[in-house]
Amino acid sequence: MFISNTKKQQDEMLKEIGVSSFEELIKKIPAKYLNSDFNISEKPLTEVEAHRKFSELSAKNQKVLNFVGAGAYERYTPSAVKHIAERGEFLTAYTPYQAEASQGLLQTIYEYQSQICALFDMEVSNASVYDGASALGEAVRACARITSKKKILYPKSLNPQYLTTLKTYFGNSSEYTFEAIEHSGGKIDIASLKNKLDENTACVIAQSPNFFGTLEDMREISDLAHEKGALFTAVTDPMSLALVNPPGSYNADFAVAEGQSLGLPLNYGGPYLGIFTCKKAHIRQMPGRLVSMTTDTEGKRGFVLTLQAREQHIRRDKAASNICSNEALCALMATIYMTLLGPEGMKEAAEANAFNTRYALKELLAIDGITLKFDNPFFNEFVVDFPNHPCELRKKIIKEDGIDIGLPLKKLYPDMENSLLVCATETKTKEDIDKLTAALRRNL
Amino acid sequence: MPKQDEIKYTKTHEWIFVEGENATIGISEHAQGEMGDVVFVELPKMDQKLEKEKPCAVVESVKSAFDIYAAASGDVTAINDKLDGDPALINTSSLEDGWMYKIKLSNPDELKDLMDFTAYQEFIKQSA
Amino acid sequence: MNQNIMQDDSALGIEKSIEGRRAIRFNKIEDDSLSLDIPNNLLRKTKPYLPQLSELDAVRHFTRLSRRSFSLDTHFYPLGSCTMKYNPKINEDISMFEGFANLHPLAMDSCAQGTLEMLYDAEKILCEICGMDAMTLQPAAGAHSEFTGALVAKAYFEKKGESQRTEIIVPDSAHGTNPATAVMLGFKTVNIKSTSDGQIDLEALKAAISDKTAILMLTVPNTLGIFEFNIEEITRIAHEAGALVYMDGANFNALMGIIKPGKFGIDIMHLNMHKTFSTPHGGGGPGAGSIGVNKLLEEFLPYPRVIKENNEFKIKTDYPNSIGKIKAYFGNVGVLLKAYAYLLMHSKETLGETARNAIINANYLLKKLKKNYPAYCEDYCMHECVLTPSKELTSNKVKTLDIGKRLLDYGFHAPTVYFPLIVHEAIMIEPTETESKETMDLFVEAMEKIFEEGKTNPEIVKAAPHSLSVKRLDEVAAARKPNIKWDISDTAKQLGSATETKKEECAK
Repeated sequence: MFISNTKKQQDEMLKEIGVSSFEELIKKIPAKYLNSDFNISEKPLTEVEAHRKFSELSAKNQKVLNFVGAGAYERYTPSAVKHIAERGEFLTAYTPYQAEASQGLLQTIYEYQSQICALFDMEVSNASVYDGASALGEAVRACARITSKKKILYPKSLNPQYLTTLKTYFGNSSEYTFEAIEHSGGKIDIASLKNKLDENTACVIAQSPNFFGTLEDMREISDLAHEKGALFTAVTDPMSLALVNPPGSYNADFAVAEGQSLGLPLNYGGPYLGIFTCKKAHIRQMPGRLVSMTTDTEGKRGFVLTLQAREQHIRRDKAASNICSNEALCALMATIYMTLLGPEGMKEAAEANAFNTRYALKELLAIDGITLKFDNPFFNEFVVDFPNHPCELRKKIIKEDGIDIGLPLKKLYPDMENSLLVCATETKTKEDIDKLTAALRRNL
Repeated sequence: MPKQDEIKYTKTHEWIFVEGENATIGISEHAQGEMGDVVFVELPKMDQKLEKEKPCAVVESVKSAFDIYAAASGDVTAINDKLDGDPALINTSSLEDGWMYKIKLSNPDELKDLMDFTAYQEFIKQSA
Repeated sequence: MNQNIMQDDSALGIEKSIEGRRAIRFNKIEDDSLSLDIPNNLLRKTKPYLPQLSELDAVRHFTRLSRRSFSLDTHFYPLGSCTMKYNPKINEDISMFEGFANLHPLAMDSCAQGTLEMLYDAEKILCEICGMDAMTLQPAAGAHSEFTGALVAKAYFEKKGESQRTEIIVPDSAHGTNPATAVMLGFKTVNIKSTSDGQIDLEALKAAISDKTAILMLTVPNTLGIFEFNIEEITRIAHEAGALVYMDGANFNALMGIIKPGKFGIDIMHLNMHKTFSTPHGGGGPGAGSIGVNKLLEEFLPYPRVIKENNEFKIKTDYPNSIGKIKAYFGNVGVLLKAYAYLLMHSKETLGETARNAIINANYLLKKLKKNYPAYCEDYCMHECVLTPSKELTSNKVKTLDIGKRLLDYGFHAPTVYFPLIVHEAIMIEPTETESKETMDLFVEAMEKIFEEGKTNPEIVKAAPHSLSVKRLDEVAAARKPNIKWDISDTAKQLGSATETKKEECAK
């Protein structure tokens, strides 16, 4: 499949090479390894068969009216985003190492960096890492390198997926200690933070909106961290930043986020977009690629990859990170998304999230037996308590109504046995939310 | 500027100029030429204890990074802050404005192994 | 506004911005009882400095940019080590099917049966092809796979009570990610030299290996495009010393359907879906990785894993000895779908044919080019070859970089240059199986022309490219004083008074 040369051409080429058969080219490979037997389909699918097969496979995923967020948000991807990102010129290019032949691609990365810096109010953004969780892993590793300290404080309200990934990023090494900051009422408990924070702390992590949807007072946490000489790493949601104060405004050293929120499809968890930003002072400790504007020999504007000597292909065992492939195409989608929305559109999208979620909360609280778990400022997600563990309810309503009511928190937080995390993004209408509340009402 | 005959060289292309128990260190004219345009210099920290022949700084060109090894053991007493804003000083003035750091020598005996200018020129020729 | 800005191909989106211009809009629920109710101290005070364009402006902006980039769809892209093979278009269509694209990663298993089946089956097929016992598809890329694999090895030795194994042996021809990965996990890298024919030096290996060695990390075929003919001996030496052998599968395109790495003693290996299994590189990513391991190491693989019970697919997270998660959720599922489509469109026979043609094409180019671009190794190559500029060129100070840039003028992307590091002025060429003989003949012709130019008119090569939208770019200035984002004052300077007003509005 997809091989261009005919059998006749292959033979001509072998002749040109000076061998009588293909086997001569690999004759030095021990014969016993060749022609290993293996068991896969004998009959490759044709394109039409493959199309059919995947239509059927995708239909096996049940379509639901979805109210689960918890770090991955159902977004509308504007058509223009899809169409441009699917252009072969972007889709099938490699990393732009040959700058002169990659000006368009390099410029889109420059625009990505610029827009992310604008949205985050940060000085530096790289060209992306794998996802929000790995971005946090890389940022905290950078904090440990910069401070030469080994203690890391994270909040219990941090997305649990991020926490496990973070620990893995440190190689599960006992050299580093990870201590949890308690939450009280769904917010970082400042007393707990003060209690654990000391001169040996490399990094304080805080997330806003946090896993429960709460907007934290990041300024206060950031100031406390800095007072003790620790660095402050913020985890955020880019969509929320059209409304709430950006990491630069509260003096974050590093700010990372899951960029899926910028119009990318859910894709069952990936590919997503690891947004990684930092202060200029930390630029040399930043992993990943970076594009700079420059000029050509005739003084014309151009773009190049820069500060490459930090990276693995040059620095090898002294590199800031091993990252090579990133999520360039996802970053391109986010770039087009932010360009299409502009400052007003971003604000509208964020407000649509906020108001949909507020409407959902209002309607849910009108149902007997549902109560608000945490009464905090929030963006597009909240936690409510049910009279019982909502897991069976979730199953039932998916089955009967095709509605996924939200994420039960018991598995992640055993003390929140009856809690449900609910999110209503801009993809939902008033009618959708009314369907959710009707289904819940019927079942409670 | 130190005179050529006052300077000693290491096999890893650093120069060292000793005044009593203090020394100034940089990289050789030959080495800066080989590296090409220097774009960034990472210096040792003030008061850092250096051990002879251990990496203590990094010089970067666009596509390469070079480890700089301590020319002698001692405590860092000064670093050349100017290199931060103007790393090209390594290229334009390797022996003068492009100096990298100063140390207080902890083991002056080590200096015996170093080459003088003539020996260093010979060393370059042989390693080419 | 400058009249020419919309026509200027290097003008930034922000420079084309007109205050008040809009594209996509969103409505919010009309309900008077609702308010934003976020305290003032948490609200954003200034608007982000983003472009304000119409949809047409934006589409045209990015479409014009796309035309200023080489890509596989537009140009031959013989980038060694990167396997720039054709990316079938059907992959793109199927990955965007709504059932896949809209599936939330925390959806209940019952809602995700199609995707889980795909993940389960893809693992099985890949295990078969590689001769490995178990597989995880969680890593997002090759380097991420290496990280995962090395962490699995670390966990294995810790459980075995051999945590003194803190070294990873890496040949000097290895990808830079190998040593970078080792160090991230606190391993010490021990470099061993290659022989002049690009093979691992067995004596050097024996000298380096000890009871401190955790992993021997190999690339097979190696980065010179040569199979390790002594592979049996190499894995034997490693295993006798109690170490594990890791195979960087970046070059698996040369082996699939022909040789199973599990057969020659590989304990852990990774695959790059975006190389071997035809998923597009996307300008640097997303890729997708995977780790295959033998039975002994399976319990350490990252969770979650997909299992099949009573004909139903389930996510299992309870693996007490697992290294944990290396990424949120499951992996780059959208990319894995494309790789899975590619796999299903192949049989054992056609996978082998793919590898055979990759090898034939590379040897064809090697044969045609080596007269004027001497090969680093005398042997036949596998899927790629490493060449160097001949004396005629170097004596005129024509470097590999220049040859690569001149190729751009002839309408070809440059090969990989200056890698592997052990080859002075390396030119690394990987045509892949999808390129035709005619395309390769044109490439050879261009390389010959460049050789002639290099001899008779070297300046034209040294100043290349001449035909693209920019000439050689000042990378030194960029690295010394990086300009990595637009800011209000810069764009104001370039655009004059039009943006000055914007600046004020933004500051309001």
